[in-house]
Amino acid sequence: MFGKLTLEAIPYHEPIIMGAVAMMVLGGAALVAGITFFRLWGPLWSKWLTSVDHKNIGIMYIILALVMLLRGFADAVMMRTQQALASTGGAGPLPPEHFDQVFTAHGVIMIFFMAMPFMVGLMNIVVPLQIGARDVAFPYLNNLSFWLTAAGALLINISLAVGEFARTGWLAYPPLSELQYSPGVGVDYYLWALQISGVGTLLAGVNMITTILKMRAPGMTLMRMPIFTWTTLCSNMLIVAAFPILTATLAMLSLDRYLGMHFFTNDGGGNAMMYVNLIWAWGHPEVYILVLPAFGIFSEVISTFSSKKLFGYTSMVYATVCITVLSFIVWLHHFFTMGAGANVNAFFGISTMIISIPTGAKIFNWLFTMYRGRVQFTVPVLWTLGFMVTFVIGGMTGVLMAVPAADFVLHNSLFLIAHFHNVIIGGVLFGYLAGFTYWFPKAFGFKLNETLGKVSFWCWLVGFYLAFMPLYALGLMGMTRRMNHVDNVVWHNYLLVAALGAAIIACGIGAFVLQILVSVLNRKALRDLTGDPWNGRTLEWATSSPPAFYNFPQTPVVTARDAFWEQKQATGAGLQPLPAYGKIHMPHNTGTGVILGGFIAVLGFALIWHIWWLVVAAFAAAVAVGIGHTFNENRDYYVPSETVAETERKYFKQLTSQV
Amino acid sequence: MAAAPLLSGCDMALLDPAGPIGAEEKSIIILATCLMLIVVIPVIAMVFLFAWRYRASNKNATFKPEWDHSSKIEVAVWGIPCVIIAILAYVTWVSSHTLEPSRELVSDKKAVEVEVVSMDWKWLFIYPDLNVASVNELAFPAGTPVHFKLTSATVMNSFFIPRLGSQIYTMPGMETKLSLVADAAGDFDGLSANYSGGGFSDMHFVAHAMTDEAFAQWVEKARAGEGKLTMAKYRELAKPSEKDPVTYYSEVEPTLYHDILNKCSDGSTCMDAAVSLAMAKEVAGGDVQLCNPAKPRG
Repeated sequence: MFGKLTLEAIPYHEPIIMGAVAMMVLGGAALVAGITFFRLWGPLWSKWLTSVDHKNIGIMYIILALVMLLRGFADAVMMRTQQALASTGGAGPLPPEHFDQVFTAHGVIMIFFMAMPFMVGLMNIVVPLQIGARDVAFPYLNNLSFWLTAAGALLINISLAVGEFARTGWLAYPPLSELQYSPGVGVDYYLWALQISGVGTLLAGVNMITTILKMRAPGMTLMRMPIFTWTTLCSNMLIVAAFPILTATLAMLSLDRYLGMHFFTNDGGGNAMMYVNLIWAWGHPEVYILVLPAFGIFSEVISTFSSKKLFGYTSMVYATVCITVLSFIVWLHHFFTMGAGANVNAFFGISTMIISIPTGAKIFNWLFTMYRGRVQFTVPVLWTLGFMVTFVIGGMTGVLMAVPAADFVLHNSLFLIAHFHNVIIGGVLFGYLAGFTYWFPKAFGFKLNETLGKVSFWCWLVGFYLAFMPLYALGLMGMTRRMNHVDNVVWHNYLLVAALGAAIIACGIGAFVLQILVSVLNRKALRDLTGDPWNGRTLEWATSSPPAFYNFPQTPVVTARDAFWEQKQATGAGLQPLPAYGKIHMPHNTGTGVILGGFIAVLGFALIWHIWWLVVAAFAAAVAVGIGHTFNENRDYYVPSETVAETERKYFKQLTSQV
Repeated sequence: MAAAPLLSGCDMALLDPAGPIGAEEKSIIILATCLMLIVVIPVIAMVFLFAWRYRASNKNATFKPEWDHSSKIEVAVWGIPCVIIAILAYVTWVSSHTLEPSRELVSDKKAVEVEVVSMDWKWLFIYPDLNVASVNELAFPAGTPVHFKLTSATVMNSFFIPRLGSQIYTMPGMETKLSLVADAAGDFDGLSANYSGGGFSDMHFVAHAMTDEAFAQWVEKARAGEGKLTMAKYRELAKPSEKDPVTYYSEVEPTLYHDILNKCSDGSTCMDAAVSLAMAKEVAGGDVQLCNPAKPRG
C-alpha cells in the first residue's frame, strides 16, 4: 500500500533532526494560523500563488531562496561545529551517517534551491522591466516553473522528516550513489527533487530567452540592452544548453536504480567515469549560469552609483559571450586526477585559465567605471567592492587549480572548498545581495534600512574571510574535504577559527533578516514614490514602484543605451503623465501551475517511496490538469484605457502631493 | 597578513614536500601564484584607490560621467592578462607532461611495484614481485621509485600521500597508475582524498619510506604475517569495515589483483575474458557459443 514507506522512516531517535522537524512544523503551523486568522487565504491564492505577474513570481522565487538559505546555512553551521569539535580525536556531535547527509544537503540546497531561485527571482523581477515589456513571453509557464522549483524544494525538506537524504556528496557520484552502495531512499530524494526543479529551471530558461529576444521595447537593439539583460540572456542560454545534460544524466542513474540498468554500475558494462564527465558537463556551465547574472548586477550597480556610463560596454558584452562559450569546454578540470593523460589534462587546464582573461577584463571595466565617477558608498556598492577584492582572490586560486600539476595535490582538499566558496559567496551571493538591495525599492516601493544593510555586509565580509582563509591553509596542510573526524591539534585551531567565521556570517544573516523586518515596519519613512530612488539609468526605473501590474502605461521607445538616463537628460525630468492612455493586453492568472506543481510533488514522493498506485494516480492527475489547461481559452484580456488612466492619475496625484 | 601563517612551519604538508614530485608541484604552485599576483595585487589596490579617490564627497576629483571608452585601457586590460595566461599555459603544458602521474620515474635502482586496492574502508597493498601484501600500511625503500597500479574493490577513492605529491583516483574496474619516490626515510600520512561513504574518515594509512635494509626487514615481517591472502580470505576482508588494524600477508593469490580489477574476485566472469570473448564472437560472426569461463576457486 505505501511501498517502502513505514513509520520506521521517521527518525524519532535523532534529537537534532526531530528538533529541526519540530521547528519546521511549528513555523508552518504558525504561518497557516496567521494566514487563516487574518483571512489572507483568498488574497494569497488570487494575488500570489496563481499569479502570472513576473514581479510577483520573482518575489516568490526570492522568498523560497531566502528560506532555503537559512536551511542550507544551518547545515553549514553543523558542519563547521562538527569539524571543530571532532578534530582532536573525539567523535563530535554528528555521526558519519548524519554528517554525510548534512554536507550533501548543504551543497544541493545552496546551489539548486538557494542560488538558482534567487537568480531566477531577480531576473524575473528586473528583466521585463529593463527591456520595457509587460511581462515575460510565457506568463503561465513562468508560474509553473516556480511551482516545479518549489516542489523540488519541498521534497528536500520532507527528506529531513521522512526517510533520509543522500549521503553521497552534492553530485552523487556513482557507484556510491548506485543501489548497491546507497540502498536507502536518500539518493531517490536527491534524484527526484533535482529532476523536478531542473525541469522548472529549463522552462524558466526558455521563457527568459524568448522574452529577451522577442519582447524588447522598440529601439532596444541587442547592443543597447542593459548589461544585466545581456548576462541574463547568456546565463539562460547556458541553462537551456546545460540542464538537459543534467536531466539525462540523472535519468540514467534513475534507470540504474529503478530498473536495474547498468549505465554507471560496477557490473554489466557500466562506467562511472561517464557519469562524472556528464555531470560536470552540466556542472561547470552551472557555475557560470550563477555568476554571469551577478556580473550583470555589479555592472548596473557600479554605473548607477558612480553616476557614470559603464566603462567598456562593448568589451563587457564580448567578455560575457566569451565566458558563455568557454564554459562548455572546461569541465574536465574537476577531475584531473582521474588519469585522463597529459594532453587531455593540459587542454582542459589551459582552456580553464583562458576564461580568466574575459573575467579579468570585466573586473577592470568595473574599476574604470568608478574612475572619474562619483562613487556613493551605498549598500549595493559595498557588496560590489567586497566582491571585487574577494573574487580576484578566488579567481587566482581557481586558475592555480587549473594547472593540473598543482591540482594533483590540491584536488578535493579544503583548499578547493575555500576556492569555490570564495567565488560563490564572494561572487554569486554578494552579487545577488547587491541586486536584492538595489532592486528592493522597485519591487516593494520602499528602500531597505541602510545601517542594518551595512552591518550585514561587514559581518558577511569579515565572517567570510575568517571562515574560509583557514580552509586554504588546511588544504595546504593536506586536509581533505568531507571528513567527519580527524585527530590533529594544529588543524583543530584552524577549524575553530573557521567555526568563528561561520558564527560571524550568522550575525550577517541575522542583520539581513532584521533589516527586512525593520524596513517593513518603517516602510512609510522609507517609501519611494518616484520609482527612481537611485537616479537610475535603465528602464526598470522609468515606472512607478512597485510598478502597476502592466509595468508601463505605454511601451517606452529606446534611442540609446541607458535609455532612462538619456530620457532624463533630454527632458530634464523623470516620470511624466501622458496625455492619453490606450488599452493594454494582459494575461489572466491561473491556478494550473500551483495545482500541477502539487501533483508533481506527490508524484516525486510516490516515486521515492515506490508507492506505485500513487505514482500512476499523481501522474494521471498531472497530465489531466496539464491537458485541461489547454482547453482554457480565456487566458487574456484588455485592461480598458480608462482603468489605465485612472491608475496613472492616482499615482501622479500621490507623487505630486508628496513633493 | 594572511600569508604569514601560510608560509610558516612544517605543518604545511604541501609546502614541505618529501619527494621530487611534491617538490616540483610546490614550485609550480608558487610560480603560478606569483604570476597571478602581478594582476591581482594591482586590482585590489585599484579597488581601494579608485573607490576612495572618486568617492562622491570628493568634489576635487575629476568627474567625467560620459567617459566610457579608452582603447589604451582596453588593450592593456585584455593584453596583460593574455600575456600572463600565455606564460602560465606554457608552464601548464610542460608540467602536465613531466608530472603526468602514469609517467614512470626512472632511476638506476629497480622500481618497487605496488598494486593498490581501495576497499570499504581500508587500503590493500599487494607487492607482486615480493609476493607479500599489507592492509593499511605501505612500506618502500627511500630513494627508489615506487610504481603504483591502482584500482578499487567498491567505490571511487583517491590515493594520496600529501608530502610525496600527486594523488590519483582509484576506480572499480579500471586501473590508474602513479609513480612516486621519497627523498629520504620517513613516515608520511596517506589517506583517501575522495569521499567514499560512512567509513571514509578513517581510511588512512602510514607510508613508511625506509632504508633498503629496513625495507628488507619489513618484507620479512610481512612474510611472518597472517599467512596466504587466498580468494576466500580476500572475500572476508572485502566486507565493509572501519579502522582495520595493520595486517600483513605472507603470500598472495597470484591472480588476486587481476581478478579485483576485472570484477571477478567473486568467481564470476572476468571482464577481460568477457571482452575477448565478445571480440572473438564478432570476428567469427556470432558462431562462437558463449560458455562460462568461470574458474573453480578455493
